Amino acid sequence: MSSNAQASKQQMSDLELVRLRISNALRAIDFKSVVYPFLGLIMFCLLWSFSASKIDTSLGKFPGPSQVYDQALVLIDEHQAEGEKADAFYQRQELRNAKKLAKNPDAKIKTRSYTGKETFFDQILTSLKTVLFGFLVASAIAIPLGIVCGLSDGVYQAMNPLIQIFKPVSPLAWLPLITMVVSAVYVSDDPYFDKSFLNSAFTVALCCLWPTLINTAVGVANVDKDLLNVSLVIKLPPLMHVRKIILPASVPMIFTGLRLSLATGWMVLIAAEMLSQNPGLGKFVWDEFQNGSSNSLARIMVAVVVIGLIGFALDRLILTLQKTASWDKLAVLR
Amino acid sequence: MLSKEKFLEISQVGIEFPTQNGSFCALKGVDFAIAEGEFVSIIGHSGCGKSTVLNIIAGLYQATYGGVILDGKEVNDPGPDRAVVFQSHALMPWLSVYENVALGVEQVFKASKTNAEMKEWVEHNLRLVKMDHALKKMPHEISGGMKQRVGIARCLAMQPKVMLMDEPFGALDALTRANLQDSVMEIQKELNTTVVLITHDVDEAVLMSDKIVMMSNGPAAKVGEILSIELERPRERVALAKSDQFNFYRQQVLSFLYEKKGVVDFDQAKKKLAGAPELAAGEKTA
Repeated sequence: MSSNAQASKQQMSDLELVRLRISNALRAIDFKSVVYPFLGLIMFCLLWSFSASKIDTSLGKFPGPSQVYDQALVLIDEHQAEGEKADAFYQRQELRNAKKLAKNPDAKIKTRSYTGKETFFDQILTSLKTVLFGFLVASAIAIPLGIVCGLSDGVYQAMNPLIQIFKPVSPLAWLPLITMVVSAVYVSDDPYFDKSFLNSAFTVALCCLWPTLINTAVGVANVDKDLLNVSLVIKLPPLMHVRKIILPASVPMIFTGLRLSLATGWMVLIAAEMLSQNPGLGKFVWDEFQNGSSNSLARIMVAVVVIGLIGFALDRLILTLQKTASWDKLAVLR
Repeated sequence: MLSKEKFLEISQVGIEFPTQNGSFCALKGVDFAIAEGEFVSIIGHSGCGKSTVLNIIAGLYQATYGGVILDGKEVNDPGPDRAVVFQSHALMPWLSVYENVALGVEQVFKASKTNAEMKEWVEHNLRLVKMDHALKKMPHEISGGMKQRVGIARCLAMQPKVMLMDEPFGALDALTRANLQDSVMEIQKELNTTVVLITHDVDEAVLMSDKIVMMSNGPAAKVGEILSIELERPRERVALAKSDQFNFYRQQVLSFLYEKKGVVDFDQAKKKLAGAPELAAGEKTA
């Protein structure tokens, strides 16, 4: 009897505990930072849904949120189906080869890779690889060059007209030139990179150069005079000076440049892929547009949302990098 | 044989800065000598060019006329034998207290000390300024006074022939300043370091110095008077406050600054103190 009472008491307190935890958790949620963005999203979807139903295009009604969601599921299904097809292909090939070997151990075996249609997710992966490659190439050039420009007024004066002239040029104007140069210069029997990949990547690199270069140069040129004097008094050799004083001091500005670069690089890549029919998300969008089925607009809209999400993720990626690389853990980064 | 009386010689130094309205002469014929182990203050009104003198000794500025000779050698460029303590402490915010001091030590002693010896030396110098409890702290984690202590340790650790201090206590509150002044006097007595201190604080100059170099107002500022302070060391600020001798020296400096060559328009002086740090910009209007 007494043990029963104890058990029920125990139960009570457990319930109480759960209730307490829930109310604590609710209190811990920052209302402004969680609920407001959610509200904003809901409002947008309602507005979108309403205005989409009013727009008639030659390809049917403009897709609302629900159609876009459906198409996103379709795209995932297509990707899975394509993956199954590829698996089946490789299984057949293995089986065939095994049979051949059983018959004749010396038989020549051919393994071919599956050449199916590229799905939405393959295109995403291609675009990501391209933008990161172009971005890395640009950063590898822009950061050292920016440091030299920031350190030496002479070099800066020499570089400045070139920077000012080439910076405002849309990289898409370079695209035909890059295409021709790559196909003329990059000749190899067993190319490691596709030419189309290099075309897109170099186009991205061309526009990623400028923000990093300019921000690095400004950051380096504005290092605190007293810190530079310390370096002079200590007589740090030039390379040590750059490594120990200049680089850490200009890390925030370099990262500002990198973030701007990656953001513009991602925007330009989609345009370049559309224009040149190089594989990637841009090609997906263009193909869907040309395809012109009743689902095309919804599929394009899926791509638009994904492009946005990836751009956002890339920015967060650099921000996280900055947080780990920067000495200034107190800085407010946003 | 070199006379130790002229360990550091500032000889007829003049400097001109190019400006939009032709060249501006900030210093002209600045001439004085410092003995080894001496503690010398340079005092003058804000903008008179006293920091410029220090920067010339440090080798950070090149004198247009005349030159500086330290221990028989002419000064042409900055170097660790004339280490500087900056008013803004100038610690690298990305290096810990230990690393900030080690940065200089590694450059100066890389040939003559082993790694273990260097580590011991860095720690020894931080112990001197009573900062050995915060080796791993970052500059933003310690107070302004502590930062300046680390700045002084960094300077001492390079074993300079002369320690140059550019208004090192200017940015500190009165109590912290008094504390740090006592520390510096103690250390200076122990190591017999030669010190050049830039200051605009009359009490500080009289309390700490063996000699006060008083500079006239710019442009073309020069040495007005040199006052020897013959007070017993160690000096104790509370006792000295009542001492007639101390007050006499104080009077002398004040009268130079406000009655003799140093006469200035007070409003203008205040404006300068609030705004322009040292140099040319403020002096052009003077």
